[in-house]
Amino acid sequence: MPGQAGGGGFVVELEKFTGPLDLLLHLIREDEVDITDLPIAKIADQFLAVIADLGLNQAADYLEMAARLLRIKAQLLLPRRLGDDEWDDPRAELVRRLLEYQQIRELVDWMHVAAGARAERYARGYEAPPPDAPPAPLRIELNELLAAAERVIALIPEPTLHRVVPRPLDVEGATARLHALLAERETFGWADAVGPQATLVDVLSTFIALLELAKRGTLTLTQPEPFGPMVIRRESPREAA
Amino acid sequence: MSPLAKLLEAALFAAARPLTFEDLASLDPEAGEMAVEAALGELRAAYGDDHGVELLEIADGWQFLTRREYAEAIDRAQFALRPRRLSPAALETLAIIAYRQPVGRLEVDEIRGVDSGAVMDKLVERGLIEVVTRGEGLGRPLLYGTTPPFLEILGLKSLDDLPRLDELSVALRRPAPIPDDDP
Repeated sequence: MPGQAGGGGFVVELEKFTGPLDLLLHLIREDEVDITDLPIAKIADQFLAVIADLGLNQAADYLEMAARLLRIKAQLLLPRRLGDDEWDDPRAELVRRLLEYQQIRELVDWMHVAAGARAERYARGYEAPPPDAPPAPLRIELNELLAAAERVIALIPEPTLHRVVPRPLDVEGATARLHALLAERETFGWADAVGPQATLVDVLSTFIALLELAKRGTLTLTQPEPFGPMVIRRESPREAA
Repeated sequence: MSPLAKLLEAALFAAARPLTFEDLASLDPEAGEMAVEAALGELRAAYGDDHGVELLEIADGWQFLTRREYAEAIDRAQFALRPRRLSPAALETLAIIAYRQPVGRLEVDEIRGVDSGAVMDKLVERGLIEVVTRGEGLGRPLLYGTTPPFLEILGLKSLDDLPRLDELSVALRRPAPIPDDDP
């Protein structure tokens, strides 16, 4: 579902990779392929799959890289003249950038270790780094606030309210009515059981009561033919035993 | 220890940042450069292995730092807080700026393949990078460089302590498909 990409999860997933080059390098490492002879078709497909999966296909930087990969893939598919020495590998620029980026990542690892080692030594007069700058103090007039509130409130759609009327099922009543009918007659039909001018609640109550009584063995339910009328038959206690 | 060495010791103890040689020399205008040098040597010898703190060269200066082996105990007792770790995005950006300085936002974006404006703003806020000059190009873009606090958080004496690019295992090799243009 494309809509799933929106909302909070999107930002979280973005933080998994620092950028499209990071993601590309991750894929290349996973496949253990040679950067300088990049299997572009394979990598491009994987890249597209991952950004669709992570919902990154809404982030411009990733989209741009996806487009770049597809263009290189298309260029590689174009036929080349034989013996054309002047041919520029369309992958060259991307490979250069990837190698450069890989260098940066190695420096990042080095710096991470250095910062970790430094963090294990405390200096005199150590002060905790200041927290993120507090938001600038808000200066606002009451009228501005009210106007802003009105603008926001105007955006809220009128809620659609449904009136819900409780209509409890009367299974007990239906059970009593069925008992009365069973005492009078050995067999009867659905129409007799549910009574004339039955409401939806009556139908449901009666049906549940019928099933309950059938379960208890007070009566049996048969339907001689498909879609035919239901026959309700009294089960004599002796037979049931 | 000589009186000058004791003076340096006191200043280094009181300071909340590494003190440069010039800082130390300014403590006693009467003392010559040679004397300060000698006093510093005396102090370094005094703080060899026998103390819980070490005198280390950081950010072109000198600073007393606790020995690494006591980090855990101090941390556990919460006498001091470890600094916040930098995010991978922040470290990437710092690495690029450290090696390419002075460098503009566009170049950082280009190398990282992602917009780095917000990350750079944060680094400026934390004092790890600063605007050092303006570029020549269109709109005379602001160019950034690293600051002494950048060296401090990595515990480096100077930018020369960063690994040289040719020392990296992935030292930039020319990819095979690119023909060598150099004559």
